[in-house]
Amino acid sequence: MLSVANLHLRTLLTLSWRNLWRNHRRTGIMLGAIAIGVWAMIFMTALMRGMVDDMLNQGIHNLPGHIQVQDPTYLDDPNVVNSIAAPGAELRKQLDQLGAVAWATRIKVPAVIASERETRGINLIGIEPAVEASISGLPALLASGRFLESDQDSGIIVGARLAERLETRLGKRVVIMSQDPDNNIRERGFRIVGIYRARLPALEEFNVYAARETLQKLLRIEGRISQLILVGDDYRDIAPLYRRLDQLLPSTLQARTWYQVDSYLAAMFNMMDGFVLVWVIIIFLALSFGLVNTLVMAIFERVREIGLIQALGMRPGLIVCQILLESLLLLLIGLGIGNGLALITIKPLESGLDISAVAEGMAMMGASSVLYPKLTTADLLLANSIVIVLGILTSILPAWRAARLDPVRALNTT
Amino acid sequence: MSTIICHQICKTFRQGDEIITGLDHVDITIETGEFVCLSGPSGSGKTTLLNAIGGLDTPDSGEISMGELRIDQLQRGPLADMRLHHIGFVFQAYNLIPVLSAQENVEFVMQVQGMATRERADKARAILAEVGLEGLEKRRPAQLSGGQQQRVAVARAIVSQPDLVLADEPTANLDSVASAQLMELFTHLNQDHHVTFIIATHDKRVMRYARRLIRMQDGRIIADEAQG
Repeated sequence: MLSVANLHLRTLLTLSWRNLWRNHRRTGIMLGAIAIGVWAMIFMTALMRGMVDDMLNQGIHNLPGHIQVQDPTYLDDPNVVNSIAAPGAELRKQLDQLGAVAWATRIKVPAVIASERETRGINLIGIEPAVEASISGLPALLASGRFLESDQDSGIIVGARLAERLETRLGKRVVIMSQDPDNNIRERGFRIVGIYRARLPALEEFNVYAARETLQKLLRIEGRISQLILVGDDYRDIAPLYRRLDQLLPSTLQARTWYQVDSYLAAMFNMMDGFVLVWVIIIFLALSFGLVNTLVMAIFERVREIGLIQALGMRPGLIVCQILLESLLLLLIGLGIGNGLALITIKPLESGLDISAVAEGMAMMGASSVLYPKLTTADLLLANSIVIVLGILTSILPAWRAARLDPVRALNTT
Repeated sequence: MSTIICHQICKTFRQGDEIITGLDHVDITIETGEFVCLSGPSGSGKTTLLNAIGGLDTPDSGEISMGELRIDQLQRGPLADMRLHHIGFVFQAYNLIPVLSAQENVEFVMQVQGMATRERADKARAILAEVGLEGLEKRRPAQLSGGQQQRVAVARAIVSQPDLVLADEPTANLDSVASAQLMELFTHLNQDHHVTFIIATHDKRVMRYARRLIRMQDGRIIADEAQG
């Protein structure tokens, strides 16, 4: 039985392959269309994936972190009252062994900053300078001045836009006011030691960074923090780290993943796969018209031959298989060329595609002006699978109609 | 091979508003090893009868059987199997598969039957040699003359030793020499291999080879006579 099936496959393959090349021009045009379609699917998916990945990474950097641990009420009321105890020696040791890329403690409270000329509301963030590069990438955003040097550094880092609004500059002193846990106003002067430029202009206006211990003293919360931040290997696969962390924490603390903290980022992440699927299907639909047309024309041109092979005793099922095989060969060759084109064009761009001409628009979306196309195996498999599966599905009707031809009429076709 | 029995076969065709009678209550019995010619003017029902016997067309009424097999009641799949294993067709227009070589055309039926590669290649080469096409095995139909193409079609029809060969105007596109050669080949196959032949033809030279001549007109059999 297997050998008969094998013989049939060889017969069908021979017929399909040779029929495919009967009309070189038509097959060539169709192959070109499939190849360009597949290339467009993969190339555009890689661009979109790169852009969304960049936006997500940026968004997560701004949160910051893949996992945040806070007092359960902190998210609704980020007040100094809702701080938590800084991790003790035992917990610090456990956090070191948790498998996170980095972890840090933070203070984050609402405050007011005043220059000689202006006053504005801000987020005052106390950081651990030594690990901040792994948490938010802030040191890399520094446009001028220096980064904070220790937990006791008395300087602050402000955004370029905030400095502009305050009509101040690097080296000038500003006053920051906030409240301590007893609702007393606390204030002190800080010298601006660094100015950063964020991808999101809004962040530049609101986030002001100071050393954590300096802020603890200012706010009279020595030994307490607002948040514990953890960064894992990959933001897409943060659940194992979250589970391990959750087992360490007392019930009075709440750990949240980045997608629990920021539902907009979570929606963007979840939408991406669906968006890729829709995109691939839309391109395929355009392709399918050409594919069906090619098959219908190929069948129309050899109605007589189909009548002949029916007369010679080929079962309708084998005729369907032969035409589907023809379609499959066409798709496979087109996919081969399309994938090759995509790899050739994406690989050189992986070091970055400068789209600074539309940088402002990209910045509004939270993406950078350099796009890093990201080709994933899953996207490649998705595009190829969809083309093959839907290609075969759309070929079934012409194949079925061919198999249902009346042999007498078909044989008399001129 | 079993006896072919056609009993009260009727077949009509619609052409616009007009209904044309293809076969009108045809009764015929053909025994194994017979060499039968169907003759008659165009539209007399010769091809329709061949198509009905070969299972390419279904009669409106009546019965067609080959031994125990009721051809008129078979579905598409079993009909295809019957043609594959029992019947060889030779058509007026040579009807070869253009993308296959002469040998591959001959091998095609055996391939679909599931015969092993070596065996079918040997058989195909032998039969092509028998029909005088030795050395032309690799040529595609477009590289062969009309007579050569028809001989390839004959080779394909007989290579798997069918019980019955149905030939519809097999000499219509051949010159007299090629026609004579083809009919000699048919006679040889009939006599030496006991293949049953039913040939629809206008050609009086072809009719001379038949041992039984059935004349048709307006879808009816008007004469059925044995020939010396």
